Amino acid sequence: MTDRDGRKRILVALAGQQNAGKSTLFNALTGVAQHIANYPGVTVDKKSSTYRDGDLTVEVVDLPGTYSLTSFSLEERVARQFLIDERPDVVVDVVDASNLKRGLQLTFQLIEMGAPVIVVLNMMDVAERRGLDIDIAPLEARLCVPVVATVGRRSRGIDELRAAIRRVGTGAGPGPATLNYGTLEDRVAGLQARLSELPPVTSVVSARWLATKLLEGDAEAERLLAARLGNAGELIDRAASDRAAFEAASDISVGDHISGCRAHLAGDIEATCVDDTKKGRVPMSERVDRFLLNRWLAPLFLVLTVWGIYQLSIVQGYELTKVTWPILAGFRNLAADWLPDAGFLHDPQVRALGLWMVDSANTLLNYVPIFLILFALIAILEDTGYMARIAFILDRILHRFGLHGQSTLPFILGGVFAGGCAVPGVMATKGIPDQRARLATILTVPFMNCLAKIPLYTLLINIYFVETKGLVLFYLSTITVIAALLVAKLLSVSVLRNMETAPFVMELPHYHLPTVSGVLRRSVDRTWLYIRKVGTVVVAVAAVVYVLLQFPGLTPEREAHFQARAEAAIATFYETMEGNPLADRVADQEALIGLVNAYTAYKAAKLNAQGADASRAVDADYAESHPEFEPFLVRSRDRDARSAARALKTLATTRKTLRREMKEERIVTSFLGQVGRSLEPVTRFADFDWKINVALLSSFAARESSVATLGVLFEQGEGENRTLEERMGAEQKAAGYTALTAAAVMLFFALYPPCLATTIMVRVQTDSYRWMLFSIVFPTILGLGVASAVFSLGSALRLTGIEMMSAVYFTALALLLLVGFFKRPFGRRLPVPDYREQAKGAAT
Amino acid sequence: MGKQKRYRLRQGRGHAGEASPSATGQRPCLRDAQPGKRCRIKRLHGHGAIRQRLLDMGFVPETEVVMVRSAPLNDPLEIHIGNTFVSIRRTEAADIEVEAVEVDND
Repeated sequence: MTDRDGRKRILVALAGQQNAGKSTLFNALTGVAQHIANYPGVTVDKKSSTYRDGDLTVEVVDLPGTYSLTSFSLEERVARQFLIDERPDVVVDVVDASNLKRGLQLTFQLIEMGAPVIVVLNMMDVAERRGLDIDIAPLEARLCVPVVATVGRRSRGIDELRAAIRRVGTGAGPGPATLNYGTLEDRVAGLQARLSELPPVTSVVSARWLATKLLEGDAEAERLLAARLGNAGELIDRAASDRAAFEAASDISVGDHISGCRAHLAGDIEATCVDDTKKGRVPMSERVDRFLLNRWLAPLFLVLTVWGIYQLSIVQGYELTKVTWPILAGFRNLAADWLPDAGFLHDPQVRALGLWMVDSANTLLNYVPIFLILFALIAILEDTGYMARIAFILDRILHRFGLHGQSTLPFILGGVFAGGCAVPGVMATKGIPDQRARLATILTVPFMNCLAKIPLYTLLINIYFVETKGLVLFYLSTITVIAALLVAKLLSVSVLRNMETAPFVMELPHYHLPTVSGVLRRSVDRTWLYIRKVGTVVVAVAAVVYVLLQFPGLTPEREAHFQARAEAAIATFYETMEGNPLADRVADQEALIGLVNAYTAYKAAKLNAQGADASRAVDADYAESHPEFEPFLVRSRDRDARSAARALKTLATTRKTLRREMKEERIVTSFLGQVGRSLEPVTRFADFDWKINVALLSSFAARESSVATLGVLFEQGEGENRTLEERMGAEQKAAGYTALTAAAVMLFFALYPPCLATTIMVRVQTDSYRWMLFSIVFPTILGLGVASAVFSLGSALRLTGIEMMSAVYFTALALLLLVGFFKRPFGRRLPVPDYREQAKGAAT
Repeated sequence: MGKQKRYRLRQGRGHAGEASPSATGQRPCLRDAQPGKRCRIKRLHGHGAIRQRLLDMGFVPETEVVMVRSAPLNDPLEIHIGNTFVSIRRTEAADIEVEAVEVDND
């Protein structure tokens, strides 16, 4: 193939087993820019990138990490299909140098498929440290393919690898060695001879590979043959009879025999090429694991680790946001300056929408420091190898509830304690090999307490549960885990019942120190992805919610009513100012509006300024930029200035009150307000009024907005300066709301469906709109059910909010223990997985 | 973590719920090996995906493996095989027929 600019182009596939350092090598080989897409029709990531080597353009595609090339798992099918369809010019087989024997089994399969293979012995440093002395020359001689030693993490051996790719990609080397199948060899050779006479077959795959696959009875290989050949039946029958004859004669299945031959040869090659100088010594990782995985110490270390993550990312991250928030607030003030000026009662639509968008973006960007820390810590856990140990420790519990040891990472990302985000959580489910457990994880990760749920909890707790703050927060942060486990179990015995499952066979990688660049790269990548995916959705949805909250707007009569009140207030202002020498400075309406706006901006700037110095700097700033308004704004001893400032304050307060009333009326009559109101008949059992409905509806767009919307709905007039807690408390207590309502709201919010960004991620990860819809509908019904039960039961039994919370908590806990210990939770037994069913059939 | 104790009460009876009787019948299987014991794999029972996965990870007849430990809650198990440590659930380990290897302390 040649490029547009006449350069020769070669395609390289990177194959290899998991934990062989394939991704690191991919990065070292191709550099930063990479393209991530999906393989056709499946949700397996396809990473590709190119680099230039003289007159060559080399495209490198990272195949999914697989141990083998059978058709049992999705990844293996994808990798195999790519090799058959795309016929890469070079296949780079990445092998963990310290585990040559296992790595070679894949190498044999790749060679057998007829691919031009280069074997890369990666992680040579680890092998050396473990005392393995590997001799490359005999290995090359035995395999008849080039072998390159590398250390991907330190970019060692990359030039040699590029040279080898160039050599193999541009010219044919000697044919690779074939594996002799011993007692099966005659049958393989016979079938291979037949197949090699068929051009439609040999043009696509290697005859020898197809022969072995047909003898194994691989369904995909049979399908491939049938697609190429009109009369494939005869060949398939011949393979089947050969298989039967062989199995009858040697009492072992063809598949086992082939695996055995491969393992035998791999062991033989390892014995001649590798010298284990530390044989018999206990490996370092094992010595560490004696402590970390000790029966009694393991839970302790695990709790410490999760606590450490929580402390460093959430607690310290929040501290960091105090530093970064003024930057974001400054950005908002900048936008406020730049957008068209506000009117007295009405703002230009551009200004209102612009500020709304900036606010939405800011709430999101505010979390960036937290995510950077969280993702870096998780990258460290993954790179050191401790993450696999966490899965090992927790698999027993998680498996019982239909989940998987590897569900731990998604749950931590989603926010097990408090603080996380379901979007990266759902994304991280990619690594779970068991389909049923994976879907159960995807559907339960959103129950975790993501960062955006916290503000609403804090708000309600500060109003209704002041004395029992800690206890309620504890209830909320653990009840979500309980709910997730119960729901996971419920789903896996019902809707997920017949999903594909997989055995739990997981490697516990050797511990090694992560590199700074590797950790930073992963952390920045994931954070950036969060900003991109969540950011675009949140900003887009914010615009929609804005429209839903603003329109259709006030009736002309009400408009006139507010206009009249505004004019009265302005008239009062001028009356007060009569005789005041400063009155000249605001001779006309326009100047007055300028003054009121300057006053509001000045107040905002003062609020954002930290410390007396910064506050004085704001004063100086305004004295300079608005010299004519200075006496109104900056505190002074002059009598005239003081009375003018007082008059201005009254006017500004009236304006704010009017604006608040208008906004509230606008929301009441808005589309969203109407929906909230029309939902009252359904939500009244949970005691949600339309205001709460509107807040909960808008929180579907982004959870953060629930508090922001409540803030608008319970907005205050300027002079009061009370916190939202006080305002909501006062209004709600007046309306007859109690802590019981708050408990219902919080529980609903805990079980509430994922935000829009998460549901989109669910769609991406499950590749199905049905599951996406399910992930919205099911939690809504569940949440509303629980909230209604809490309020109705609580008010029937005359329980207080905290009593009801405790009751719910212990009921859930009891249910959890019940489900955990009884043999057939929810009265149903899981179907026996396919691979077990067959086993039973074979045994009888 | 308060649940752990209660979980452990059941450990003697294998695992309730999804436990299936050992496919190897009365013959010794890896599931029943004591931590620290070295065994030689005799045969794999079970079919399809699980069998292939075990073969890929190196659970091939005549290979020697060491049962390293079981997880704090008794399941899954950690097996030392070749140069690697692999974790499998007890149900999977029940499909691996083994014989004990006498260790001459070298």
